[in-house]
Amino acid sequence: MKIGVVVFPGSNCDRDCFFAGALAGHEMRFLWHQERDLHNVDCVILPGGFSYGDYLRAGAIARFSPIIEEVIAHARRGGLVLGICNGFQVLLEAGLLPGAMLPNKSLKFVSKPVHLRVENTSTPFTRLFDRGTVIRLPIAHGLGNFYADKDTLDRLEGEGRVVFRYCDRNGNPDEAHNPNGSLNNIAGICNEEGNVLGMMPHPERASEEILGGTDGLVIFRSLLS
Amino acid sequence: MVTQSSSKLWRKMGLRDSEYELITSTLGREPNETELGLYSAMWSEHCGYKHSKAYLRLLPSQAPHVLQGPGENAGIVDIGRGVAVVLKMESHNHPSAVEPFQGAATGVGGILRDIFTMGARPICFLDSLRFGPPEDEVVKYLMAGVVSGISAYGNCVGIPTVAGEVAFHGPFKGNPLVNVMCVGIIRDPSTIARGITGEPGNVVMVVGSKTGRDGIRGAAFASEGLGSDSEKDRPSVQVGDPFTGKLLIEACLEVIEKRLVVGIQDMGAAGLISSASEMAGKSKTGMVINLDLVPRREAGMTPYEVMLSESQERMLIVARPEKVEEIREHFGRWGLDATPVGEVTDSGMLQLFDKGELVAEVPVGSLVNPPVYDPPAERPDYIPDLQELDPARVPEPQDLGKALLSILARPNIASKRWVYEQYDYSVGTDTVIGPGRSDACVMRVKHVLPGGSYFEDPDAGAAQSTLIREGPGHPELGIAVTTDCNARYCYLDPGRGAMQAVAEAARNLSMTGARPLAITDCLNFGNPEKPHVYWQFQECVKGIAHAARALSIPVVSGNVSFYNECGDGRAAVWPTPVIGMVGGLEDVSRACASAFSREGDVIILVGPESPGDLPGAGSGAELGGEIGGSEYLEMVTGEARGKPPVVDLELEGRMQALVRSLITQGKVRSAHDLSDGGLGVALAECCIPGDFGAEVVVEGHGRPDFILFGETQSRALVSAGEEELPSIYDEARRMGVPVRAIGRVKGRGSPLAVEVKTGEGLTRFEVPVSRLRDAWEGAIPSIFDDMDRGDSGGGDDGAGV
Repeated sequence: MKIGVVVFPGSNCDRDCFFAGALAGHEMRFLWHQERDLHNVDCVILPGGFSYGDYLRAGAIARFSPIIEEVIAHARRGGLVLGICNGFQVLLEAGLLPGAMLPNKSLKFVSKPVHLRVENTSTPFTRLFDRGTVIRLPIAHGLGNFYADKDTLDRLEGEGRVVFRYCDRNGNPDEAHNPNGSLNNIAGICNEEGNVLGMMPHPERASEEILGGTDGLVIFRSLLS
Repeated sequence: MVTQSSSKLWRKMGLRDSEYELITSTLGREPNETELGLYSAMWSEHCGYKHSKAYLRLLPSQAPHVLQGPGENAGIVDIGRGVAVVLKMESHNHPSAVEPFQGAATGVGGILRDIFTMGARPICFLDSLRFGPPEDEVVKYLMAGVVSGISAYGNCVGIPTVAGEVAFHGPFKGNPLVNVMCVGIIRDPSTIARGITGEPGNVVMVVGSKTGRDGIRGAAFASEGLGSDSEKDRPSVQVGDPFTGKLLIEACLEVIEKRLVVGIQDMGAAGLISSASEMAGKSKTGMVINLDLVPRREAGMTPYEVMLSESQERMLIVARPEKVEEIREHFGRWGLDATPVGEVTDSGMLQLFDKGELVAEVPVGSLVNPPVYDPPAERPDYIPDLQELDPARVPEPQDLGKALLSILARPNIASKRWVYEQYDYSVGTDTVIGPGRSDACVMRVKHVLPGGSYFEDPDAGAAQSTLIREGPGHPELGIAVTTDCNARYCYLDPGRGAMQAVAEAARNLSMTGARPLAITDCLNFGNPEKPHVYWQFQECVKGIAHAARALSIPVVSGNVSFYNECGDGRAAVWPTPVIGMVGGLEDVSRACASAFSREGDVIILVGPESPGDLPGAGSGAELGGEIGGSEYLEMVTGEARGKPPVVDLELEGRMQALVRSLITQGKVRSAHDLSDGGLGVALAECCIPGDFGAEVVVEGHGRPDFILFGETQSRALVSAGEEELPSIYDEARRMGVPVRAIGRVKGRGSPLAVEVKTGEGLTRFEVPVSRLRDAWEGAIPSIFDDMDRGDSGGGDDGAGV
């Protein structure tokens, strides 16, 4: 698959996503934030980092960049979009996914590996997982406390659009293993069609045995064919 | 106009009368106020190294693999296969004392610029932090601020903060130490950049952020002690903008890689004046700078303010005239200024113009060569008394298991998870052994640089890359990094303490399997004009030099921070020569972590089991353990006292070589050094991550508590399958290193059970690993318990991997 990784000023996981995508066998390229051409990529990755410094609110400025208009059009056409960490925040700001991010409950940046239960395996990003599988990916964020109003939350849950949930190593999504205070331990959600996925954990950082695991690579490999 | 001599303005600027006279005779006239300001900054201790230069020459800096030694922004060593590693450590103590968040953040930003200035892509940060007792409310505020400042800058620029140390001692209460180290990679050593000007006629450009009034006189402020009125110096603290820092990295690396620049220099302490004069000084050229062309964020700045501003995220670039436009385009794409402000001359003078008017004219050579002082040094009278310790009078604990739990909960020993989980340590996808998993952190060097340039060849599709020689199919190279210093040892015996810091840093690297390759040091002391402080400094430098020679590790860069003292009595901090060290691994997949990982493995103590035979051993050796200056002694008596442990550098070298060899051959499954808290703490730290128990029998003569918590050097704990034992013993005998199997790893959920056999009898205790974990993991969060403890995640790191 042809995958483009968007580079905003302040993106800092762009190279990591590029590398992991290439490891999985994809044809990778960067997409500069001022471009309006997606160069016929099949999937767009909005990587982690601090787009435009995130001094206002995470993702709030990136949402107005020229490339985002194209990404929105691409998503509406059914094209694949994966937002990771800051990329998830941009998707929320751009209205491609519902809800908002609050500061972590601890009010501190949190960086550590966490366990996640894969709740939805019908998306193009998760189709190689078995439903209910517990995987382990690193998180690293200050604003990952997912919030949505009750109706939205009920819809997300009812339609099976919660894709990843923070849990213990046995798959129980308890409060003790919620690293940021997210409602319902939500770590990742998708849109109605399943072609847009936003997630706080970093699959690109768990794509080689030497880094402690390859659970993240499964997401990139799911995109093959 | 008031003459300088009548107002004695130089004194307010921190210059001595004799220095003022020297300036006047050099210029053949009285300097004007701007010129005086230039000298006051360049001749400050911070920029000029007036009190340290003479002694720093003692440090060995030569070795065949050294590509750049001291004198540049950072040192560089060749680690093989055409890869060079760049390293440097620097202090940001004073700014962090008055404004912890920005002080620490700009410390990170500053050291970062030193690395990419050389043309290296930064791959990690390390932080060596010292605070007062953590229960103190002000200390808590300082520590929380420093940690969040490091976190804010490091996380935003996307460079992982992977290792370091945090220690707590009374003398650092009002003057914390914030030392930050950065390491970078150069994949093509022909692109190493330096702070030089090249030919006259070359163009001088200011790039990056605009210049404001922040941080003016920062270098001079860092060259004084901290007083009760230091709060007023807050405006001397710079303000960091990591977002611009990130853009500056990318833009600078692009123009360096494309060989568009002749020279490049970071604008750090003392801003434009420092970078301009250092570049011209190194190249024996001159420079004309038109101050009105420097992009500013404030109106009405004087020439003095423009030259002395320490606004962050700026660099000085020198380029050939025909490259200026291309450089501007590169910076423009990243939204940054790149503005020609002057040119290189052959005059040997630094000439500053403001709207065509000459406002300052001084010889570059005199700016960069301040007078060098070798002040009186005197061994303080208190040393013999401090080293006095009657070990027999140290109270003996009733219950060794309880003593172990207590020492694990000491803030100096306890897990620093609360700190490192605020740092993004996994960004960059190179962190192989991250914080909390070994004595050092291990990074890998990717064969292929992902992505290459962002702008070139937009439709090629495939990954553009710089391939490392020998490329895929061959093992990936690894780099191990650490910082180390035991300030308590250095207070009691500066020479021995400094040697120990070098030995332990090297030991940390060896425990991962990495061969130590280079040192960067950060020397933190009080006021060098006080004879006992200068004596401490001399002893420490001699100690580092001695150990570095003995272990064959060159010192390639460093930093000196004097005037670390505070309060009205101006009490100095403990002498703290922090050693940053980098090592290399031929095959990163062989890197070893410190925790036990398999039930039934044999636990082997490498190195001397008892300190009895070591000549010059520290206090307590005759009773079974060197407890002089130990964490245990401070826990039991509340005192920093005694003769600290001796370091036998030959034994140390052999022991480290043995462990490295065992790791490289894949004969051991874990390796952890014995340091603060001795064998007892090391055993607990090996059990906790994987929740493995252990059954251990230790033999010795004297007191069980000394045997368990003494800090005898040159020791390690390794674990290995039983089948490896004969060959491990063989190799140890060949290399002349004592080894002894002292026990076995037990299954998950089993306790740590220890038996100490002495001539007098047998002491046995057993503690569940979960209780060890609670003590070790819980201590720091409980101090900061007003902040959410959240998911402590105990055991998650090790067991799940």
